[in-house]
Parts: sequence; structure tokens; C-alpha cells
Amino acid sequence: MSPAAFLILRRMRAPLLFLICAYAVAVGGLVLMPGPDVEGIPKHMSFFHAFYVISYTATTIGFGEVPYPFSDAQRMWTTLSIYLTVVAWLYGIGTIIALLQDPAYRQVRTSHRFARDVRRLRDRFYLVCGFGDTGSLLVRALTDRGKRAVAIDVDPQRINVLAVQDYDSYVPGLCGDAAVPENLIAGGLRSPRCTAVVALTNDDQVNLTIAIAGKLLHPQMQVISRASTLDAAINMASFDTDYIINPFQSFADHLALALRSPSTWLLHEWLTGVPNATLTEPRYPPHGTWIVCGYGRFGKAIVRQLRREGMSVVIVEADPARTGCDACVHGRGTEEETLAEAGVFGAAGIVAGTDNDANNLSIVMTARAMNPELFVVIRQNRHANDALFQAAGVDLVMHVSEILVHEIIALITAPSLSRFLTRIRKQGKAWTNELLARISAVTEELVPEIWEIRIGDRQARAVMRALAAGKPVAVGNLLNDPHDRAQMLPCIPLMLSRGDHAQLLPSDVARVEIGDHLLFCGKTAAVSAMEWTLQNDKVLHYLLTGREMPETWVWQWIDRRLARHGRGN
Amino acid sequence: MNPEKVVFGFFILLAATLNFGFCLGDFDNPAHHQPFELFAAIVVNLIATVLKLGDRTQLGAVMLSTSLVADVGLIAAAIAWAVGVWGTGEGMTPAVLGSVLSWASGALFANIVSVILLIVETVLMRR
Repeated sequence: MSPAAFLILRRMRAPLLFLICAYAVAVGGLVLMPGPDVEGIPKHMSFFHAFYVISYTATTIGFGEVPYPFSDAQRMWTTLSIYLTVVAWLYGIGTIIALLQDPAYRQVRTSHRFARDVRRLRDRFYLVCGFGDTGSLLVRALTDRGKRAVAIDVDPQRINVLAVQDYDSYVPGLCGDAAVPENLIAGGLRSPRCTAVVALTNDDQVNLTIAIAGKLLHPQMQVISRASTLDAAINMASFDTDYIINPFQSFADHLALALRSPSTWLLHEWLTGVPNATLTEPRYPPHGTWIVCGYGRFGKAIVRQLRREGMSVVIVEADPARTGCDACVHGRGTEEETLAEAGVFGAAGIVAGTDNDANNLSIVMTARAMNPELFVVIRQNRHANDALFQAAGVDLVMHVSEILVHEIIALITAPSLSRFLTRIRKQGKAWTNELLARISAVTEELVPEIWEIRIGDRQARAVMRALAAGKPVAVGNLLNDPHDRAQMLPCIPLMLSRGDHAQLLPSDVARVEIGDHLLFCGKTAAVSAMEWTLQNDKVLHYLLTGREMPETWVWQWIDRRLARHGRGN
Repeated sequence: MNPEKVVFGFFILLAATLNFGFCLGDFDNPAHHQPFELFAAIVVNLIATVLKLGDRTQLGAVMLSTSLVADVGLIAAAIAWAVGVWGTGEGMTPAVLGSVLSWASGALFANIVSVILLIVETVLMRR
């Protein structure tokens, strides 16, 4: 029985007892009251009639005096009964209504419903702890890709926000402390369908607890955790947390990548974006003097990366003493004087990197007015300000939460993808530009779908059988259209991994072996077409040989004869 | 002494004794089976049922179910009585009385099980 039902039964004890006693007294008394029958002989009412009369009296329906007109004694007793039983009903109904509005009862009911909803999820799902800026973006990104998610956050306001979002699939949300294992278990931490737990709360200690709980209660599951300090990151790494993400470091890395090799950065963006959105255009940041506004944790990481790229950097900071910046222009950067002092007229670019979105926008607008040629990079802190940042028309928007979400999506949707993204950083500009051109041609200017296949029993039955029968299968065979072998599916094989070895952009003739992982990108339609090839023997046979597979014994025999005859010629 | 246990035990035993009292007597003599006794048995049984609500233990759940069985039996007896005497207008025939007593005896059995469970619980508690 659910805890909510227990709570109701417990609270309803007194009202129910009162109701039973009121009825007993009223019915018993009415039977005892003397009343005349049709002939006027004094007689007692039967229990049946007494219960009937009290039933309609107590519920204020009132049919009148049955079976015979009442004596005065009976009327007196009925008067008493009316007050007694009506009060009993009011008491009972009042208690139920009060109980339904009781916060404790509601809490019990919502957490019970949450646990039930999670139990009923039939697909694999991701448990997201912390539904803040990053958490909500991650849930959106997951549901956009047709995956299921479950969210836990300690702030009731955020869970209310979750409830009114229009996601593609239902996302159960619990308002509770994710550091309490009971809440994590209610969120399906132990469920075999829980693929990964992502700890994204603002508190490193809470993230640590979630990561430990994940590793202890469900060791096969992926654990991804956010850590804002090095100390927390080392602690998490000590018990094999699968991925540790530092928002400050990720942000600086990303910015550095965007400045150093814009095409690699763009490839990164395309492969981790929401499938079927429009592709973003490449931007090429200029070299020269850069102004960085804000020297906090983000600012420091950015300045370090810019200097490593060989740029000269001017720092603008409102509070130099606190942030430990010795040579910098004093000011927020929102005023013309400060920007002029920092040399905005001769600068190549500016990074508005404070933790305040309004200030960042103000810096950018002032700087643009002073020097329209300036390359502008802006840091976006709050997802809610999206419209403002789009309208500002800057060259590069660095949205902290979005960067984290892209990173996590790459980690959990296709494990090979993050390996691929690490490797492309070592490739040259020409190689990257060629791949960019190929992707945009194949997907017709849309963000590609990313998928990974493993040549194994579950995902590629037909290929397994063909390999077991000694028929070689090449990457190119999988790329052909199952409807017409001469056509290619709109997709590109990005990487073929075999054990520790990984081959970037494998050629069409590269052989596929059991246990290989293949990473593809391309149009959404190619995913299901390729699935057909992987699972259906006849389709694979057609793609390998160009002939339909004979189904009956007679035709198989003829086919074999023809094949032998053909070789004979 | 736990006052909750006193009240609890009192109602369970009272329900069983009242039920027994109603069933006691000749099987075909309406004078031996007063409607007042049945009425009292029903009321006390309902109270005993409500007292058992919300107990999360295994034994509590079984006691609640026996109590519900007794309620069903006694209410069925009352309905049989009302239908026999007032519904069909035949009056208290031996057939009607037999039906009423059959239901009530079934309830009595459930009540006896309730009492046994009460004793078991008391023995297990040892305090």
C-alpha cells in the first residue's frame, strides 16, 4: 500500500469512529423511541426502518416520516440525530479536505508518484541531479535526441519549472536533496535501465556524494560529475568517477580552441549540436591585442590561454586587489573611459567575461560603438538571457552551461565521440576544413545526427553472421543504400576503433571485425537504413553481392549452380 | 500498561462476544436472536475495524483483513434480515433466520481468528 494511503487511514481514524458512533446512537435511539403503527398500537420501529430514516436524515436528503407518521418521542430523537450525524459527516469530510491540502501529505504523494513514474520508465534513462541552468539545458538536449531523463533538484521552484516544460517525453522530477541516497534510489539509481547519473549541482560536496552513491549502488553505470575545484576533482577521480567536468577549465579550453583553430572548434560545435538545427557559420578571430574584462576564475583561464596563443592581453578588472591582478586597467569595462584606457581603438578583439550578463552586454555595446571593427567574444551566464545575446549580434557567444552540456552529451550519447573530438585537435587545418565541407554537403547544411555501432550480437546480427561465415564486410558495404546498392547513404564514417587503436575517417575498403566500434555522422534517415543493413541477412547479402538472397531451397540450389557455372566461365 | 492495547483488545473481544451472543440459541427460534444484538455486533465490529487501520505490520494487516471479513458477514446478515422481513414481506420465516444465522456464524469464525491473532500478538510481545 502506498504511504499516502496509510497517512489517510491514520488521520481518518477519529472521524470514522465518530461517524460510526453517531450512527449507532441515532439508529439505536430511534428504535427505542415508542411510536404508533397504522392501528395506533404503540410499537417500536425496526432497525431496517431506523437505519433508512437516519441515512437520509444524516445526508440531509430528508424523505419524511416512514413507515408511519412519527410519534413526538420519535421526532425529538430525530431532531437530536440530525445535529449529531450531520456534524459527524462534516467532521469526516472536513478532515479529508484538510488532509488533501496538507503540505506533508502532498510531499508524500508527490515523492511516491515520482518513484512510481521512474519505475514505470521502460526505456534507458539518465538521472540528472541539479536542474539549474546546466541541468535544464541537458534535459532539453537529451529529450531532443529522443532519450529519457529523470531530474532531481533541491529547489521546489525549479521542479515547478520542470513540470511546465514541453519536452518530447515526460521527465519525472523530484524536489529533494540529491545528497540523500534515498532520493537517488527513488530516482532510479539502482534501476538496470539507468544508464548514467550526472551530478550538476552547484555544491561540490553534493556532487561528490552523488558520485560515490552512483559508484557504490550501481557500479556498471556511468558517473559524470561537475567539480569546480581541483581538490574535489582529485577526490572524485580517486574512486573512478567516469568523467569529471570543470566548468571553468572547459570554458577556457573551448575559448582557446575557438581562437587557435576556428575550424576545429566549429567541427566540435557541429558534432555536439542538436541534430537537424541549422549549421553555424565559421568565424575567424584576428590576432593582435585582446582586451579581457573580468579577471575571476574564468578570466584567469582565458588570459592564460590567450597568452599561450601568443596574443598580448590587456586586463580590465573592477577589483584588482581581490582578484590578484597586478598590471590591469581599473574599472568594470562598461564605461567609455576605461575601455579607451585599455586601448580599445587599437585592439583586435575583446572578451566580455564577467559573471554578470547585463555588464557583459553593456561592455560589448560600448566597445562596438567605439570600435566597430572589434572581434567580440561574450560570456553568457544565464540561459534565460538567450534572446538578448542573440540580438546583440556578437561574433562569438560563449555560454558556459551550453559548453558543459555539449561535453556531457558527447560523453553519454556516443562514447567514441569524445575520443574522436580529442583526436581531431591534432589534425591540420586542411583536413578539418575538408571534413567540414563533407559534413555540410551530406546533411544539406543541417547539424548531423551522431551514432555509434558496435559489431556485436545485439546491434549487428547480420554482420556477425556474415563474418562468422567467412564473408568479408567492409565499411563501404554498410554505407550503401539498402534500396539501391549504387546509392550511398547520406552519412560519413568518422572513426573505426578496434581496442586501443582508432582510425579516423576509415576508407570504404577498410574491413570490419567483430568487436569494432564505428562512429558515424549524417542525416537522421541514414540511421534506420543502416540498422536494416546491420540486422537483416537478406539486405546485407544484397549489399555484399548485388543479388537478392534466394529464399527457398530450390532457388538456393539454382543460385549455387549458377554461381558455380559463372565461375566456370 | 498501554492504553491503546487496552482499547484495542476490548473492542476485538467485545466484537467476538457480541457476535457469539447473537448466534447463540436455537437455529429456528426467532425469539433467541434479537435484532438489538446484531445491531450492537455490527457497530462494535466496525469500530474494531477502524481501530486497526493504518497498522503497517504484517500481523496488523492480517487482523484488518479478518475484521473486514467479519464486517462483511455481519452486514450481509443484516441485509438478509431486512430483505427477508421487509423486502419480500414474508416476515421472519425459518428460511430467513437460517440465512441470517449462517452469515453471522461465518462472521463469528472470522472474529475468533481475530481473537487468536490478538493472543498471538500478546504472547509475542512479552512485555
